[in-house]
Amino acid sequence: MARFLAGRCAILLATLLAASVLVFLVLQVLPGDPASIMLGTSARPDTLAAMHHQLGLDRPLWQRYPLWIAALLRGDFGVSYTYSVPVADLLRARIAISLPLALLAMALSVALAIPLGVFAAARRGHLSDTLVMGVAQLGVSVPNFWLGLLLVLLFSVKLGWLPAGGFAGPRSLLLPAVALALPQAAILARVTRSSVLETLGEDFVRTARAKGLSRAAALWRHAVPNALIPVITIMGLQFSFLLAGTIIIENVFNLPGLGRLIFQAIAQRDLIVVQDLVVLLAGSVIVVNFLVDLAYAALDPRLARA
Amino acid sequence: MARPIHAVSLWLGAAISGAMLAIALLSLVWTPYPPTAIDIVHRLALPSARHWLGTDPIGRDIASMLMAGARNSLLVALIALAVGAGLGVPLGALAAARRGWVDELVMRGSDLAFAFPALLTAVMIAALAGPGAGNAMLAIGLFAAPVFARLTRGAALGVWPRDFVLAARTAGRGNTTITLLHVLPNIAGVLIVQATIQFALAILAEAGLSYVGLGTQPPQPSWGRMLADAQTYIFTAPRLAIFPGLAISLTVLGLNLLGDGLRDLLDPRLRRAR
Repeated sequence: MARFLAGRCAILLATLLAASVLVFLVLQVLPGDPASIMLGTSARPDTLAAMHHQLGLDRPLWQRYPLWIAALLRGDFGVSYTYSVPVADLLRARIAISLPLALLAMALSVALAIPLGVFAAARRGHLSDTLVMGVAQLGVSVPNFWLGLLLVLLFSVKLGWLPAGGFAGPRSLLLPAVALALPQAAILARVTRSSVLETLGEDFVRTARAKGLSRAAALWRHAVPNALIPVITIMGLQFSFLLAGTIIIENVFNLPGLGRLIFQAIAQRDLIVVQDLVVLLAGSVIVVNFLVDLAYAALDPRLARA
Repeated sequence: MARPIHAVSLWLGAAISGAMLAIALLSLVWTPYPPTAIDIVHRLALPSARHWLGTDPIGRDIASMLMAGARNSLLVALIALAVGAGLGVPLGALAAARRGWVDELVMRGSDLAFAFPALLTAVMIAALAGPGAGNAMLAIGLFAAPVFARLTRGAALGVWPRDFVLAARTAGRGNTTITLLHVLPNIAGVLIVQATIQFALAILAEAGLSYVGLGTQPPQPSWGRMLADAQTYIFTAPRLAIFPGLAISLTVLGLNLLGDGLRDLLDPRLRRAR
C-alpha cells in the first residue's frame, strides 16, 4: 500500500508539473504585450519598460516559470492586468459562487442517479426499468445550457417562482444546479444500473441468497456496495465535465462566478487571470482523479497490491 | 438471444442520424431562404407557411438557419472526431505494441490531456488566436484523443497474446504490419462504437462552445450561437430558444441510440450486463 501511495503521489506531482508548464508555455508565447494593454497604446517607452520590470516580463521565460509557480504556491496569483487588483481577491469572490454550485450539482446528481440506477437494475426488464432508462437516454442527449434555458422559461418566465439570473443568495443556485445535475445524473444512472446488474451475477451474491438473505438484503448489503466502485471512477471522470458545465451554465444564469471571470479575462486579454484560472481548473481535475484513484484502491485492496 | 429493444435503438438511431446528415447535405444546395439573409420587416414572425419555424429578431428564416446549423455542427464534430481518433488510435496501438516506457509515456500523456476539458483548451486557444470553429475542432479533438488512446490500447492488449498474432510474428511480420493487418481489424467494432459516442459528445461540446462564443462565429449559423441569441429574447419570444435546442438534442439522441445499437451488434461481450 505504501509503495502504491508513493507511486501515485509521484505521478500526481509529475502531472501537475507538466500541466503547469504546458499552460505557461502556451500562454507565454502569445503575441500581445500585457504592459501595453494595461497602460494603453499611448504609453511612453520608459513607463512601459518600468511596467515590464514590475510584472517581471523583462526576465527570460526559464526564470519566469519558477517565479510564477513559487508565487502560486504561496497563494500569490499575481495582479490582474485590467483590474489592477490581486488575482487571488478576484478568485476568492468567484469561487464562493462556483464551488457551491458545482458541489450542489454533484450532490443532486448522485442523490438522483444511484437510487434510480439500483431500482432499474433490480427491476430489470420491467416497464419501470425501460421507462427510467428511456428518460436517462433523453437526459444524456440534452445540452445542460439548453436545459437551463428551459428551466428559466418554466420557473422564471411562466411561473415566476425563481430568479432568471444574477446572484441574490443561495436560491439563485437552485435552477443552475438542477440544469447541471440532470444530464450528469442520466449518465450516472446508466452506469450504476449496468454495474449493479454485473455484480448481481457474481458468486458472492448467489452465496448471500443461498444462506437465506432476502433479495432486497442481498441487493443492498452485497451487490450495491461492490457495484459502486466503478461508479466512483465515472464520478471522477465526470468532474471535468462538471467544471466545464459550471463555466457555461454561469453564462446562462448570469452568475458572477469563475466562468464569467474567464470570459471577461479572454475578452480583455487579461492573460495572468486566464493563466491562473486554467492552471487552477486543470489542477483540480488532476487532484480529483488522484483522490478517486486512492478511493478506488481503498475500496478494492486488490488494486493496490497488483 | 434476440433483444428487440436494442434492434429498435439501432434502427431508430440510424434513421435520426441519417435524416440529420441528409438535412445537412441538402443545406449545401437548398434552404428555404438564404440562412444569413436579413429581413427586418418580417422580424420575429410566427411559424407560418412562408416561414415554417418563423424568423429571428433580424428576420432571418429559422428553418434555414437550423439546416445550415446542422451542416456546421456535423462538420465541426466530424473534424474533431478525426483529430481525436487520428491522434488517439495510433498512440494507443503503439503503446500496446511496444509496451514498456512507450506505453507508460502514452498513458501518462493521456492522463495529462484528460485534465484539460475541451472548454479549457478552447479558452487557451481563444486567448491565443481568437475564437473560431477551428478552435472548437482542435479543442474537442484534443480532449477525445486520450479516450481513443486508452480504448485502443486496452482492446489491442487483448489481441496481442492471441495465436494468430504469434503466427504472424513467426512468419516474420513486424509490429506495424501486425497492428495494421491483425490488431486493428479485430478491435474495429469497439472503436466504431466509441466513435459514435464521441461524435455525440462532440456535437454537445461544439454547441456549448458556440453558445459561449468560443466556437463558430457569426454570421455562420450554429445551433449554440442561436441559443445564445435567443436568450436575449427569452421574455418576449421564448419560442426562439426551443428549436435549436431540439435540433441539438435530437441529433445527440440519434447518435447515442445508434451507438447503443451498434455496441450490442458489434460487442457481444457486453450483452450479458445490459
